[in-house]
Amino acid sequence: MRPAPGHRRSQTAAAWLFLAPALTAIGIFFAIPVLGALVLSFTDFDIYALADLGMVRFVGMENYLRILDTPLFWTALKNTFYFVLVGGPLSVAVSLGTALMLNSKLSRFKTLFRTIYFLPVVTSLVAVAVVWRYLYHPADGLLNHLLSWFGIGMIDWLGDPTYAMPAIILMAVWKNFGYNMLIFIAGLQNIPDDLYEAAHLDGAGWWRQFVDITLPMLAPTTVFVVMITVIGYFQLFAEPYVMTQGGPLYATTSVVLLMYEQGFRWWNMGHAAAIAFILFAIILIFTLAQIALQRRTGQ
Amino acid sequence: MRIRTSHIVMNVALAVIAIATLTPALWMVSASFMAPGEASGSPPPLIPRTPTLEHYVALGERLHMGRYFLNSLIIASVVTLVSLFINSMAGFAFAKYAFRGRDRLFRVLLSAMVIPAQVTMLPLFLMLKTMGFVNTYAGAVIPGLASIFGIFLIRQFVRSIPDSFLEAARMDGASDFKIYRSVILPLCRPILMTLALFTFMGTWNDFMWPLIIMNDEARYTLPVALANLMGEHVLDLELMMAGSVVTIIPVVILFLSFQRHYVRGIMVGGIKE
Repeated sequence: MRPAPGHRRSQTAAAWLFLAPALTAIGIFFAIPVLGALVLSFTDFDIYALADLGMVRFVGMENYLRILDTPLFWTALKNTFYFVLVGGPLSVAVSLGTALMLNSKLSRFKTLFRTIYFLPVVTSLVAVAVVWRYLYHPADGLLNHLLSWFGIGMIDWLGDPTYAMPAIILMAVWKNFGYNMLIFIAGLQNIPDDLYEAAHLDGAGWWRQFVDITLPMLAPTTVFVVMITVIGYFQLFAEPYVMTQGGPLYATTSVVLLMYEQGFRWWNMGHAAAIAFILFAIILIFTLAQIALQRRTGQ
Repeated sequence: MRIRTSHIVMNVALAVIAIATLTPALWMVSASFMAPGEASGSPPPLIPRTPTLEHYVALGERLHMGRYFLNSLIIASVVTLVSLFINSMAGFAFAKYAFRGRDRLFRVLLSAMVIPAQVTMLPLFLMLKTMGFVNTYAGAVIPGLASIFGIFLIRQFVRSIPDSFLEAARMDGASDFKIYRSVILPLCRPILMTLALFTFMGTWNDFMWPLIIMNDEARYTLPVALANLMGEHVLDLELMMAGSVVTIIPVVILFLSFQRHYVRGIMVGGIKE
């Protein structure tokens, strides 16, 4: 039975009424600010403009050009890429490893282990960063104490430019791996058991089964996990803010930390908006590349 | 025989990872009960010699932690309640109404998820400043009013509700809002629970936005207060651990009580459309 035209119209009206609050909120407090940021990035909005909007001038691409000419921006970009390209794969690998272990027929107390591995995910990043800052203390920290049992000398984790970013990566992996682990477990459970049984009958060992069945069947999940991890890791902020203030020697200054300092400490908001858009462009490129990859590998 | 060895290796490995995962958290709790300076001893002690509550008392009495706790609680609760209402209505509309442009609108919203929140923060701050919302709960709540992820989660769930349920209610003369309230919402209880947990915890733990919008110390949320406290009390390790415990414990208790719901949300959200 076809709905009457009048019915159809009232249905459409009802749908828009249900959508109205969400679309209004997203429109005013998300879409407009995104456009606003784009406009802002072409102006010289600074602390004087904050007091008197008449002071704002359009400066075209000047903010972008100046940023590309600032060594600190390139340092921040390099640090952020370091975090994303080393921390991201490491985090995904640990997630996949623990998911495989928990999904294995050999493991026991699966629920208990799963809960423990997941706990760091729900904790406040600031609180965790505070705790790890002390764990990383060169003389009194627990980590160096544990390492000394293995004959590893005192490392100034957060005070040495070489170790500061690895220290932040280690903490981030500890905090995050449980989340992707759960997504991987869901993906593993969707792989039909008879595939493994058939492979087993053919005499394939666990490595062959992993390479020939698990990895290909898990490809869509992996693409999704890599995508959300990369997007999240590009937004590195609270860890350096709390643990290192971007130091030592700017070794942990991230793009978002730079944007925050430019925008909300020095009130160079035009400049900061341009930084935010450069970050967005990078994230967009990575996401599109992921989607293209997914199209090629998937069906 | 070989089976038994691999069993043991696997479970020992799992236990080692579990201990590594728990150590920072357990050490935090333990150190928060130590006397001032005790935790920095060499070797670092694992258990307090004589457990003391003095840091928790100091946090409550001198450092206004109760106030920050309340701020966090108010902001996270309001965001959760309001956004649950707004997102569930929108998710329902996307799932069960065939209106023109629906699929395109939904796709646009989904693609907007790639825009990092940091992009919006500068203009949003200026906007809310003009509206007088800096240092107000409203200012902290506003970016969380609607969430595209929340709409997506609800839509996925509502799509699995058979149309016949809605038709039956419509035959009985129920209005669209009545159907939403007395058919959809009750059936959506599990996913609403999941979304409520996600939203509450996400807002509780959020750092960057409250850091920007709350300049007045009396309005700090727990993470902002903790980061600020770190500046003045960096040498008071035990005190900082107590502050971290206060910030972390509420969400950990929430998670442990409702983890079934939480885990489902990740599994649903993670499944490819």
